[in-house]
Amino acid sequence: MSNIKNTPSNKSFLNDAGNRSLIFQIILLAVVVFVGYYLFSNLQANLDNRGISTGFSFLNEPAGFPILIHLVSYTEASTYGRAFLVALINTFVISLLGIILATIIGVVMGLARLSKNWLVARLATVYIETLRNIPLLLQMFFWYFAVLAALPVPRNSYEFADFLLNKRGIYSPNPIAQDGFGLVIIGFIVSLALAIGVIVWAKKRQTRTGLWFPAYWSALGIIIAVTFLFFAAAGFPLEFDLPQKSRFNVTGGMVLPPEFVAVLVALSTYTGAFIAEIVRAGILSVNWGQTEAARSLGLRDSMTQRLIVLPQALRVIIPPLTSQYLNLAKNSSLGAAIAYPELVAVIMGTTLNQTGQAIETIGLCMLVYGSLSLSISLFMNWYNKKMSLIER
Amino acid sequence: MAIEFKPSPSLPPPSTSVGAVAWVRQNLFSSPLNVFLTLFSIYILYLLIPPIVEWGIINATWEGSSKAACTAGGACWAFINVYFEQFMYGLYPSQETWRINLAVILIVLLIGMFAIKAINKLFLSLTILLVYPVVAYFLFAGGVFGLEVVETSRWGGLFLTVLLGVVGIVASFPLGALLALGRRSNMPVAKSVSLVFIETIRAVPLITILFMASVMIPLFLPEGLNFNKLLRVLIGITLFSSAYMAEVIRGGLQAIPKGQYEAADAMGLTYWQSMILVILPQALKLVIPGIVNSFISLFKDTTLVYIVGMFDFLGRIQAANHDSNWLGTTVEGYAFAAIVYWAFCFGMSRYSMALERKLDTGHKRN
Repeated sequence: MSNIKNTPSNKSFLNDAGNRSLIFQIILLAVVVFVGYYLFSNLQANLDNRGISTGFSFLNEPAGFPILIHLVSYTEASTYGRAFLVALINTFVISLLGIILATIIGVVMGLARLSKNWLVARLATVYIETLRNIPLLLQMFFWYFAVLAALPVPRNSYEFADFLLNKRGIYSPNPIAQDGFGLVIIGFIVSLALAIGVIVWAKKRQTRTGLWFPAYWSALGIIIAVTFLFFAAAGFPLEFDLPQKSRFNVTGGMVLPPEFVAVLVALSTYTGAFIAEIVRAGILSVNWGQTEAARSLGLRDSMTQRLIVLPQALRVIIPPLTSQYLNLAKNSSLGAAIAYPELVAVIMGTTLNQTGQAIETIGLCMLVYGSLSLSISLFMNWYNKKMSLIER
Repeated sequence: MAIEFKPSPSLPPPSTSVGAVAWVRQNLFSSPLNVFLTLFSIYILYLLIPPIVEWGIINATWEGSSKAACTAGGACWAFINVYFEQFMYGLYPSQETWRINLAVILIVLLIGMFAIKAINKLFLSLTILLVYPVVAYFLFAGGVFGLEVVETSRWGGLFLTVLLGVVGIVASFPLGALLALGRRSNMPVAKSVSLVFIETIRAVPLITILFMASVMIPLFLPEGLNFNKLLRVLIGITLFSSAYMAEVIRGGLQAIPKGQYEAADAMGLTYWQSMILVILPQALKLVIPGIVNSFISLFKDTTLVYIVGMFDFLGRIQAANHDSNWLGTTVEGYAFAAIVYWAFCFGMSRYSMALERKLDTGHKRN
């Protein structure tokens, strides 16, 4: 009947997909383990030859180098551990401020590129296309070596009100809390509680009666007014230490060093250009019908944007925004090139050079960046889940 | 007697709704806010454009041998003129730079040959990927056919930047494809190895990888075996970009409908046959724009090699800024660097957009 020869199926061990995949995986695992072992044993031998002892005990030894920008107390006599903490804080501060500024710039530029005003849209396009296509390191160099280094010496500082601007950085008055400032802090906490109360009350009332109340503006007003009242009641317990020009230097006041300003400006304008494109794409992704529907319901333009377009656009915006935030945090490491004392400069630069503890220092840095990345992405995932569409 | 109806000719639209006037009204002055924004923009342009033109063109000095020649008060482009060779080739001996030029001409010719129908494309691609790199390496490094040996430490400038970018992206491609397949594989070991590798690399900045490459690779190798620094940095860059490449390719793999995988299986193709003959060709076509985009970011990121002590394009400019004959030409150097980088990156991003449109054969569902 059939002229197809019935070949017996190949029952060999290797012909079974499961077995083959098992064998392949065993080989792969063996290779990974072997390569790891080989590298590690070389490492051990090399470290022994060079007389470098492994371990993190070096963190307790005195560092002996100065760090110009430190938010916690630090001297040359402090330990490497302390230096690590200082660097960690510097990285966090620049990343956080950078993220905030970049978001503001990005949203403004993204909206500007969508503006109906032709000139504004063109200018925003030029900004975005220029900054996106020039390496960040070059931009940092530009701000640091070309712009900030070209500022006048302290004697000839630019002055605006009580602010000074010169080669050494931006100087501002330093607020110093006097006796009784605790009262102001209490007042601030009270005002926060009141503000939250107002928002909750307004929401409840709106659900109950449908009446609308400008809750957020009132909350802002309450915070300012109540805090100010306490401030006045305590007798204005705040004095300002003004920066004073002397012949070669500026004394007093608070200073933003040029390294910090250069890194911050470069990071936020560069990342801002990327965020602008994300914002624009997000807003364009919202169907025009949504806007028309909102208008036919009689919503004003601002309310259409705030209540209809933005919440829907955010769903598209958030995932790529997360990766931009991650990029910004990672790019803050470029500050090392202009001597901003962040993690890479302090740990993988100076500490590594002085102690030779390559594995520990590089491992420490990778660990920090790894956990920084992980925490930002966890937070953004949580936010994304909160914002995402709940389909019925 | 019928009265013929003659419509009177319609009036032209009012002058305020057509032509330049209407355009200006609609696009620049449609509301008080827009009036303000337009005036504000014009003010910004007024602040920026005239000084830049004056500095960069009108008062600029183009010829000269030191900063002292630049007396016009504008940009000192003479600096770029004098240093041009260093910016392009680094410290490569100047009588040997023809070798780099030759290599560039060769690759342009080879790629141009794709336009000729008579030549087998597969053969041409293999020539470019396998033969050309060897030829180029010997051209650059010398040591054969009586070519003078040029140490890799003398390679620099734009040449090094392009070399790092191109080698990084080409070499990361096979590794990235393997990692992408691994991450989507059903085998737990392959999957976890790829996942850990990709996520670790993506979590850390390139600069840590470069430090690792320049400081740690020697520690991991047996006594006596050592690579030169350029190779170590290239390994670092390749590993770094392969993780990103893997994610780009994975995006393409995910976009291929399941039916394609099933059809390949039903044809009796093995895993590798189905991947190489059916899935990857389709997936790669989808991700070509993504690959160009990763190339752009890698190209910008190659500037970081300056931090581990290699003098690429930006590195050479930074070094030239310290020349005591040319103090105060920092801005000119950076402006030149910015223009070159911008031209490369912007050109490639436009190219990637054009490719996206060209390759879009309508597979999208919407």
